[in-house]
Amino acid sequence: MTLYPITRRTLVLAGAAAGAMAMPGLPGLTVPARAQGLAPTQTMRGGANNYLPGAPIVERIGGGGFWMTGTVRRAGDGAPLEGIRIQIWAHTTEGRENDPHSHGATLTAADGTFRLEMPQIVPVFGQPHGHLAYDDEAFETVFLRPVMASASDTSLSADFVLQPA
Amino acid sequence: MIRVRSVRAVSIWLGVALAVTVPIAVAAASPLLQWRDPIYIAACFAGIIALALVFAQPLLAGGYLPEVSIRKGRRVHSFVGVLLVTAVLVHLVGLWITSPPDVVDALLFRSPTPFSVWGVLAMWAVFAAAILAALRLRLRLSPRIWRLGHTGLAVVTVIGSVVHALLIEGTMGTGSKVLLCALALAATLKVVLDLRSWTLLTRARR
Repeated sequence: MTLYPITRRTLVLAGAAAGAMAMPGLPGLTVPARAQGLAPTQTMRGGANNYLPGAPIVERIGGGGFWMTGTVRRAGDGAPLEGIRIQIWAHTTEGRENDPHSHGATLTAADGTFRLEMPQIVPVFGQPHGHLAYDDEAFETVFLRPVMASASDTSLSADFVLQPA
Repeated sequence: MIRVRSVRAVSIWLGVALAVTVPIAVAAASPLLQWRDPIYIAACFAGIIALALVFAQPLLAGGYLPEVSIRKGRRVHSFVGVLLVTAVLVHLVGLWITSPPDVVDALLFRSPTPFSVWGVLAMWAVFAAAILAALRLRLRLSPRIWRLGHTGLAVVTVIGSVVHALLIEGTMGTGSKVLLCALALAATLKVVLDLRSWTLLTRARR
């Protein structure tokens, strides 16, 4: 076993290393470290179009046949969020985006995932797309507008990373 | 000789008629129509008809349609121009009624869909080209300046309309849409080359 004498250089290096390791545990002091955490999802342009606030929580929207899925996590640590209400609407085979019966909501499970069955989304205004919203008290509001890769897809997913309000 | 010319005339007219009617017929058979209400359907077809008129305009301006001389063609061109502006307005108003926020986003250039930017660009260009045509005598512009302005706006209209149409996933069939767009671009290129609209630019440089 070789003993290294404690010089000024090793002391400074060890101190810097210890400080860097301690930083993530001190949220108030970790401005650069926060950027490495999970960034909140930004609202997409056009995401809130034809939004009707307060969509009811439903088993499925209309006759179903199409699945909207996704996850909801907390910004920063990425912890899955349970019981978060996600509102969903789209232009489908059963109605337009601004028809109330095209709107519905679901709650996330313990692992932060959600899935809601709804009628087949069909292209409208040039793209087959859906709308999702998180619009409650605990976190900042986010509106998403994912586009389907193909109009014949029978599912679409969208992930939320929410910033505590 | 007369026979040969009439065969050519008939085939040109037939080709133009097919290029215009086939895309409309294909769109009329689109399964998407069953999930759209009448106002939205009217708006869609106003857009398709506008694209067909965008193809017709350079043919009329250049006198390329048999039995329609360049002089007569210009009169028809003005009339078709009025139809085109009307079709664009019906398209816009119909879409507005169907989904106001999407149209507001498009008009304010904050839409998530790139094709709407091209559509709005083409719309302002066609309005400006029409206004320039309506005020032709009152503005007392020299013919060269007027032609440069009108042609420039028309070129923006055609390019904007073509990109707008090609980027949209809608009722139009891909094949007939691409063909109509290619014909509109080709006819525009030909008339711009034939009428040498840029003479003002090349002269100014000397």
